[in-house]
Amino acid sequence: MTAALQEARPLVAVRGLHKHYDLRRGLRRLVDRPAQHTVRALDGVTLDIRRGETLGVIGESGCGKSTLGRTVLRLLEPTSGSVAFDGVELSTLDPAAMTVMRRHMQIIFQDPYASLNPRRTVEQIVGLGIAIHARNTAHETRERVADMLQRVGLSPAHMRRYPHQFSGGQRQRIGIARALVVKPQFVVCDEPVSALDVSIQAQILALLAELKRELGLTYLFISHDLAVVGHVSDRVAVMYLGQVVELGPARALLKSPAHPYTQALLAAVPRVEAGGGERQRLQGDVPSPLRPPSGCRFHTRCPHAMAKCSAIAPTPVMVAPGHAVACHLHEGAPA
Amino acid sequence: MSVQAVEARAPAKAATDAVAQPVESIFIANLRDFRRNRLAVASVAMVGLFALMAIFAPYLAPHDPYASDLFRRLQPPAWLDGGEWAYPMGCDGLGRDILSRAIYGARVSMTIGVAVMMVAAMAGMIAGLAAGYLRGWTDIAISRVVDVLLGFPYLILAIGLMAAMGPGLGNIVLALAIKEWVLPCRVARAETLAAREMEYVEAARALGASRLHIMLREILPNILSPLIVVCTMRMAWIIIMEASLSFLGLGVQPPVPSWGSMVADGRQFLIGAWWVSTLPGVMILLLVLAINLASQGLRDAFDPRMRT
Repeated sequence: MTAALQEARPLVAVRGLHKHYDLRRGLRRLVDRPAQHTVRALDGVTLDIRRGETLGVIGESGCGKSTLGRTVLRLLEPTSGSVAFDGVELSTLDPAAMTVMRRHMQIIFQDPYASLNPRRTVEQIVGLGIAIHARNTAHETRERVADMLQRVGLSPAHMRRYPHQFSGGQRQRIGIARALVVKPQFVVCDEPVSALDVSIQAQILALLAELKRELGLTYLFISHDLAVVGHVSDRVAVMYLGQVVELGPARALLKSPAHPYTQALLAAVPRVEAGGGERQRLQGDVPSPLRPPSGCRFHTRCPHAMAKCSAIAPTPVMVAPGHAVACHLHEGAPA
Repeated sequence: MSVQAVEARAPAKAATDAVAQPVESIFIANLRDFRRNRLAVASVAMVGLFALMAIFAPYLAPHDPYASDLFRRLQPPAWLDGGEWAYPMGCDGLGRDILSRAIYGARVSMTIGVAVMMVAAMAGMIAGLAAGYLRGWTDIAISRVVDVLLGFPYLILAIGLMAAMGPGLGNIVLALAIKEWVLPCRVARAETLAAREMEYVEAARALGASRLHIMLREILPNILSPLIVVCTMRMAWIIIMEASLSFLGLGVQPPVPSWGSMVADGRQFLIGAWWVSTLPGVMILLLVLAINLASQGLRDAFDPRMRT
């Protein structure tokens, strides 16, 4: 029974997650109305991350992708909503319990230059997690660090070096080693390859896939690169202005996108084939998250906008098994 | 897809790249930069000489700095009429050897300069780190205290405190350090505010590192360079402050020789016997100049952003 339950229960369950930033400072809080001075970085995100899968998250910059990753890990405190990790509600944990929990959930950052402390050696950087979560001797710690470095394709001889002595790709390997040395179950990959050269990107993606297989990891893979997300993900969530507008199996979603925004995103990918049809381009910029549009967030730029789109926010509907979309066009579609 | 094509030869190559390079921390690299700056190295040597002079004053001074010989009252330096080489820089109003007193005076200036800076740097560093990293009420409380102290004229505050506490070496250190810590504090706070947003701090938080670890191990090493630079620069200023207090009679009490009080003693004879005030004045000038030049060299090597 427990095995079946574990199978059914998602590793990470995100429910109605909000993260708002109040831009009013000091006494202005008494004067200004909150609605016009609140950035809604996450505005009601609900999704499951299943054990062993890679859930890709795509969207334009500023849509809340990174905020989602950090709020799920409780590096940012959510304004409201809940995140349950393996059935444990994170927001109820006290600091000590949260510290213990952090062993199971790690993050790999985008910028391999900002994410490694320039004043600490590779051994100190990678060994930090062991120092916090395991009571090992210095010798054992060094062995585990050496082992981890080899796993990510570096040499134990690198341990006494400083980050500035490595290339971007090598630095990203160090960042991966730091996250994985505590043997987490769940890893947020926050655009882990977008700061790297294309050839290095492929190496890092291959490494992430290999480690996932070996260590049985679950990834939340954030990227704005559709090709990368399509390559690594089992399922994909599309975000727009702090909300998930479409979520489905990677292949189905990228082949037959249901939401007009996803369609526009895919149409914007440059193609090699000559000629081709008229490309559907999005008009205008992403609206400010300070004043998100009424109704459906996307109606200001949507080619299929209808009257009710600006009035009523669409609720997600299933267009295929496991493929949900929040758009009025698909209401009444067979579930 | 091209992504898969490159996969196979991924990890092997990366391993061999950086092995041959020598291990070098940023600190060592900065130190090498500093050594290339001849003026700065000469200035450090100069400050070192002053320090040695302070330490070995009893062996260097030709005479007892306290022994007065009224027959030698206001005796001119050796190269002037009436001077003699046994008293190369002449004697003061009580017939004491000026050179010996100036050598002993280095003790007061160096001790106070170093002591005040140590106290102020430690206090300011801790307060600045706490304010910058913890934010919230800690930051508000510390920053308001800093603002109030910054609004106070330095010398007036020091004079007031010295008048209240009475003279004495320990009291001078206290009176100067009470205001001096705000500068390292402001630098530490500003640098911490920038450093706390770095992803490596977030990575440490994601691993569950304590706030103490993040402040002392992740942030502090990265803000140390500008702190050291500011503190050495301020040390020159503290030495001037001590001289000023001693000049006003609120610092080190007679008969202990301090450069500031020696300048003050010579003031009444300035027209007839200029040498009484001049040598201690030159000493202040040389030490402060050397510290300033050295700190500029440090700044250029350790904190290139502050370069003017």
